[in-house]
Formats: sequence, structure tokens, C-alpha cells
Amino acid sequence: MLLQINTPIPKDIPLELPLPEWLLVTLLVVSFLLHIIFINLMLGGSIITLWAQIKGLKNKEYDIFAHEISKTITVNKSMAVVLGVAPLLSINTLYTIYFYSANALTGFAWIMIIPLVTIAFLLTYLHKYTWEKLEQSKKVHIAIMGLAVVIFLFIPLIFLTNVNLMMFPEKWGTIKGFMSALVLPNVFPRYFEFLGACLAVTGIFIVWYNNRKNYPFEETYKTFTRYDVKKIGYSIAIIGLGLQILFGIIVLFTLPAKGIGYDVIAVMTAAGSLLVIVLWWAYKAITNEQQHIDQHFKKIVFTMLAFMVLYGGSRQMYRHNALHKHQDLVAANTAEFQRLSKEARENPVEVKEELELDASLGELATGGAIFKQKCGACHKKDEKLVGPPMLEMVSIYKGKVDDLKNWIKAPGKKRPDFPQMPGFKDQLSDEELSELTKYILSIK
Amino acid sequence: MFHLDWLNDRFLIAMIAILHVIINHGLAVGFIPFVTWLEQKGVRNSSPNEITNPEWDKMAYKLMWTAFIITTTIGAMTGVGIWFSASLVSPASIGSLIRVFYWAWFTEWIVFVTEVVLILIYFLTWKNSNKSLDAKLRHIKFGWFLAIFSWITMALIVAILGFMMDPGNWKTDHSLLTGVFNPIYLPQLLFRTPTAMVVGGTYGLLMIFLFTKKDTEIRTKAVKLAGKWILAWTPLALIAAIIYYNVMPNAMKANLSTAVGTMDFAQYYDLLKYIIIGAISIVFIVASIAVFKPKLLKTYMVITSVVAIMSFLAIFERVREFIRKPYVIGNYMYSNLLREEDYPLYKKDGILKHATYASVTEITNENKIQAGKDVFMYTCSRCHTTNGVNAITYVFERMYGFGKPLNEDDMASYIPNMHEGRTYMPPFAGNKKELKALVAYIKHLQQTGETLEGAQTEGIVVNQKNNSDAVSKMVERLKEEQNKKLVTK
Repeated sequence: MLLQINTPIPKDIPLELPLPEWLLVTLLVVSFLLHIIFINLMLGGSIITLWAQIKGLKNKEYDIFAHEISKTITVNKSMAVVLGVAPLLSINTLYTIYFYSANALTGFAWIMIIPLVTIAFLLTYLHKYTWEKLEQSKKVHIAIMGLAVVIFLFIPLIFLTNVNLMMFPEKWGTIKGFMSALVLPNVFPRYFEFLGACLAVTGIFIVWYNNRKNYPFEETYKTFTRYDVKKIGYSIAIIGLGLQILFGIIVLFTLPAKGIGYDVIAVMTAAGSLLVIVLWWAYKAITNEQQHIDQHFKKIVFTMLAFMVLYGGSRQMYRHNALHKHQDLVAANTAEFQRLSKEARENPVEVKEELELDASLGELATGGAIFKQKCGACHKKDEKLVGPPMLEMVSIYKGKVDDLKNWIKAPGKKRPDFPQMPGFKDQLSDEELSELTKYILSIK
Repeated sequence: MFHLDWLNDRFLIAMIAILHVIINHGLAVGFIPFVTWLEQKGVRNSSPNEITNPEWDKMAYKLMWTAFIITTTIGAMTGVGIWFSASLVSPASIGSLIRVFYWAWFTEWIVFVTEVVLILIYFLTWKNSNKSLDAKLRHIKFGWFLAIFSWITMALIVAILGFMMDPGNWKTDHSLLTGVFNPIYLPQLLFRTPTAMVVGGTYGLLMIFLFTKKDTEIRTKAVKLAGKWILAWTPLALIAAIIYYNVMPNAMKANLSTAVGTMDFAQYYDLLKYIIIGAISIVFIVASIAVFKPKLLKTYMVITSVVAIMSFLAIFERVREFIRKPYVIGNYMYSNLLREEDYPLYKKDGILKHATYASVTEITNENKIQAGKDVFMYTCSRCHTTNGVNAITYVFERMYGFGKPLNEDDMASYIPNMHEGRTYMPPFAGNKKELKALVAYIKHLQQTGETLEGAQTEGIVVNQKNNSDAVSKMVERLKEEQNKKLVTK
């Protein structure tokens, strides 16, 4: 059995895609991009809030900074959830069986996302609305955020494991629960790359947030200047970008060969070089003179968006490369099943049941055999099983064969303490019914 | 296949979905207009030199705060949770529905994004808007926008639910519009709208009790308003419920008694009626006290009212979910996720041959129990467990007597006929051999108390008739046959 081939070919849902595949793919990539930006901001914001609040124990200004960032988390998280619906919808439609198979194989972890995220969200609100109340017990307050961050850090692993697992049907047969899917190659490098992205995006977001003209910066902070906070933002972005580039390279080299092609490598490399340029600009921003800190801001935002589109595109190319042969087999298997099903529908087989005739019953043998097959499961001769005993029936229907036949065809419900009897209209021919009733009424 | 052997798979979805409905109807659709109305009243009843009555406005804000926190956490996540749990428990049906309703769901998503943006604006700008009358009036306008969008979100999702119960003409032309305008749609929407308003007002009443002090003028006033709100919507909810009940297709109505409490006992049917009538009367009485004798109203009465309306919603959703049985998508897919039109093929070849995951494809005496396990997974496990909630051993023992050993022959002759008498059961899909294997497995379950683990722990075994090798060979064979045909022509 060692050579057993373990790649399943499931059947697809035999309904047309609601719109052309290319359009669905575009919707998937674009809507996912929107979703992930807010996820980045939510997770990055939580991590930075936690870090700043701990730092704020010594330097009050960081505590204010943490408070300001924490206010954005709950908004970003609401947007992240609602924007996640469209990519979920699209991936469900495009990769139905792949996605659902991965979900089922990691079932417990998958459904745990719901309570875990709910708890993390409630914790962020608790954190937000107890800022003043827990002023005296800062450690408890920080612990609330810490717990939320731990949960937030775990959730992406479940998602990554799922979208990774769905690309490798040949592995499905070997998976026993979430943990074994988690350790498939490429999950962790992608995870750390993602964390880098969270920091990078949030860093740039902090720069933008504190640069807004209508933001009452001077009323909020005591000693920090806008420059100081923007510098923090850029520094965070630099750390994030560094992580992203480092793990991006690892991702590239550890990608399972299955979906890789020159096209994927080319697009990923192009995307990566954009990040290097962004990193350079961000470095320039904090090393330049103060008044030039915003010099490259727009370019950075634009280039990061371009990176995301390219990177998202390359992931989709990889997915396509990895799955298209399997998808062809699935399509063939689905079509064949459809054909067989249609054939069977048009030529239904009459399953002739072999009756076990008991010769000793003489001319009642056929009816007796039918009774055994169809009625015996619920009716005994003289005791109640599921339905009432047959002797009672005989006493009711003696001489009323037609009534008995009608009852068997379409039974009513007379006895409140007995369950409803099934009708046998379609399962017994008139001939069989006559044989059966003849037998029943002969029971003594 | 994912399978929860103790809790029951169906129960997982039901739990999440009912929680979602209780929050969505009560704290979004029916609650937002109520809060906005309260906010508006605050502005109207304020003294001329004020923008609004600050104390009153603060109370309305607290109500909104509660709704905001709950809807954007539990409310939103249970909404996503319905998807997640459905994709685990019922992948074939949710997958089919998404393909047909992609645009409805996509539109739903856009409305939903708008709703979230509006609720963020409405809630987060509340305090700032109190600085000028213009800003306050604009804020109230946002409240009404939000109320409208919450309602549209519900209106769209009801279309999808309505379709699942009765596909109308969808089965013949598979298009989106026929699904949306199925015969149950409007009555259901008509029923849900006033019901949501009643629920929203009832929750509001409870929160007013929580956020105002006893024997204050503000409590009396607010309680009176909430009472009026509920009294105005209750008769509409009742009328709509009657209409809705009457349009439900007859076949489904006949199933109502089985829906409530899973057994076909008439008393359950009565229970449903009593709960509905009881809940509506309790809400009505409490609301009347609130309007006419607001000072007599006690916290326990309000809590009773909230519990009553929650159980009303829960039982209503349960009935709605169950009356569509034996189908998950009416006349198209049975609740075991097998499509009706594939039944002749399954009857002919058996279900295991076409299953993607199965450890047995040729049933012998030796592997009968293993095969029965696979058959159980494919044909029974969406609704039945082995020893947990709605266990297969329990349902058979209930028929044949508790504690008595089950008889394989009895079960084998019962199962093919069960859908005739138990109209909520789909017909058994497999062939004769599989039936024998299944009953052997059920008997084995009764004897050993064994449990059945789902794919999330046990993993899967690939059916050797449906692996990549077998399918590749099949593709090649089909091509060869085609070529031969071309040559002979």
C-alpha cells in the first residue's frame, strides 16, 4: 500500500461560475488587497500600541502615542472584517472544493477563528474604554492589549494554513488536524513576511495620521513634535520593510516547486525590488533634514500599493500554476459524473428484489415474503413493535380487503401514541398488494 | 467531511445563526431607527437655548454605545461565522448558493460596507455633533441612513433564505431574479421588519432601565416612548406572521409539527403556537404598562419581555430552518447534501463508488463495518451523530425499544421506506449492499459505543477510484474512445 496514490480528484459543484473567471480573479485580488490593508493596520496598530504603552510606563509621551494609535484599531478592525467578505465570497466561488477541503481538514482551528476574533475585538474595546479607569493599574491595562495581540497574532496563521493547504491536494490525504497542516512548508515564511507588511503599512499610516492638518496634534502631545512622531512611523516602517524583504526572499526560495515558473519569479522579484526602493526612501526620510521628512511620502504610498498589486498578482499566478492541472482533472471527473448521472436518470434500473419464498406457506408464500420484507421491520404478530400487532389489524380489517389496501397505500394517523406509518403506494404493485393483504388477513 | 460527533453539526450552525439573528434584528435593524428617533426627540423637546437635552442625549448615546460594541463584535463575527460553519458542515449547499447568488451577495457586501461606514460615522461623530444644531441635525440624518441600510442588508439576505426554502422557478432556469422573487420572499420580509422593530424596542426598554435611575422624569418619559414604539409595531408583526404562515407551501406546513422539537408529535406544534402567542402577549402587556403606567414597570418585567422575544426569534428561526426538510435547497439538494437528480446513479452504483473519500469501494463481509462507517458519513452524518445529539442509535432505539439490541434486518427494511412516513427524512441514497453495511455499522455502534471522528481530526482516506491516477486513466480512455469514433466515421 506504500505506493497508494493519494491525490483526490473531487467533483466540482455542477453549476456555472456566475461570471467569467478572469473577472472573478480580479475581484478576488483587488478586494483581498483592500481587506489586507485594514488587517495590516489592525494587527500592526495593536502591536505598536502594546509596544508604545510599555514604553510609556517610563515616558508619558509614548503612552499618549499608544492611546492615539489604539483609537484607530477598533475602526480599522471593523473595516477589515467587512472588507473580508468579498474576497471570501470570491475564493468560495473560484476555488470552491479546494477552499472547503482545506477548511474541513483544519476544521476546529477554522471555526475557532470566530470566537477568538470576537474575544480579541471585545478586548480591544475594553482596552479603549478603560484607558482612564485603569490609569492606576497600568499593568492590567497593558495585559488586556497583550492578550488581544496574542490572539491577533494567531489568527493569520489559521488563514495562511488554509490558503496554503488548498493548493496542495496531494497533501490532503496526509493531514491530521490543524497542526499537521500548519507545518507544511511555506506557511511560516509567509507568516513572518506578513508581519513585516503589517509593521510597514502601519508605520506609513502613522506618518499620514500625524501629518493631517485637522488633527489637533499640538493639543494632544506635550513634548513630542509632529516630526518626532512621523520619525517613529518611518522607523517602524523600516523595520517592517526589512522583515518583509528578508522573509520575502526566504518565501521565494522555499516555495514548493509545483506552482513556480519564470513568470512567478519575475513578478515576485519586481515586487521585491519596489520594496527595496521604498526602504531607501524611508531611510532617506529619517536621515534627511527635518523639513524634508515628507519629501518621498507620496512616492512611498504609491510604490507600496504597486508592490501589493504585483505581489497579490504573483500569488494568484502561483496558485493558478499549482492547481490548473488538478482543476482539469476535477472538471473531467465532474463532467463524467454528470454524464453517468444523466444516463442513470434516463434509464432507471428496476431493482427486482429476490423474494425469499417459504414453501410451507403454499399459496400465501408470495404475500408472506413481501410482508417479511416490507412490514416485518415494524409489525409483529401479537406484540407491539413500532406499529401495532398484526392480530389487531386482522380483527379490524376482516372482510374489508379494499380498506386495508387503501390504508397501506396511504396510511392516516389514528393512534396518538404510535408514529406515522410510511405509505407504500409507489413500492407495491396492485398484484403485490393483493398477495400481501391475502397473507395479512390469513394471520391467526 | 467535517463532523462533530457529540454536538451535532447542524447544531453548530444553528447556534451561531440564532445568536446572529438575535443581535442583528434586535440591535441593528430594529434598534437603530429607535435610537435615532430618541435622539431626534431629544432635540425637539429641548429648551430653546439648547441644541438638545444633554441628559436625554447622553442616555440615547449610551444605548447606541451598547449596540455599537455588540454589533461590531459578536454581531459581525457571528455573521461571518454562519459562513464559516456552513462551509464546514454544509459545503455543497453553501457552495451552490454562492454560485447562484454571487451578485446578490456581492451587492449585499456593498450595502454591508456602507452600513459599517455609516455606523462608524454615526457612533464616532455623536459627541462632536453636539457642538452645533446643524451638525446635530446632520448626525440624525446619518442615523436614518444607517437605519435604511441595516434594513436593506436584511432584505437582501432574506431573499437568499427565502430561495432556499422554495426555489420557485429557479430549478428550471437557474437565474438570480427568479430566486429573489420566489413566492416566500415578500411575506417573510413583511414579517421580519415589524418583528425586528418590536425586538429593537424591547432591547431599548431594557437598556433604558439599565442606564437611567429609578423614579426619574427621564426614565418615565423614555419608558413611555419605548412602550409606544413597541405597541405600534406589535399588531403589524402579528398580522404579518399570519400572512407568512398562510403562504408557506402546504408540504412545508405539513412538516411544521416535525420541525419543532424534531419529533412528529402534535404537542410540539402546539408549543410553537403557545410560544408565539405567549411571547407576543407578554411583550404587548409590558409595553402597555410602559405607556399607561410607566411607574409600575419593574426590571423583572422588562427582562421577561426580552427573554420572551428572544425565544420567539429562536423558535421562529428553528421552525424556518426545519420546515425546509428533507431538502437543504428545495427540490434540488437533500439535507444530506446529495442532489436529487443524482439519486438514480447512486441507487445503481452505490454512493461509495462516487465518493471522493472512502476507504472501501468493494463491500465484502470483512470490511462491512468500515464501509458502513463511510456510508454513514456520506448519508447520515449531516444531521445524526453516533452517540451524541440526535444520535442514530437513539433514534432507532426510540422506535424499537430502549436497551433492546437492534435488529439489522428490521433496520434494513425500515430505512428504504422511512422517507414515506417521516417526510423530513431524505430517501436513503445508497444501494442494497451499502444498506446492509450501514445497518451493520449502526448495530456495531450500539454494541461498542464507538464514536465517529470527522476529517478535522482523523484526516481523510482517498477513494482509489477517484484519485488522480484513476481519473487520468479515465480521461485517456475517453479520448481514445472519441478517436476511435472519429476513425470509424
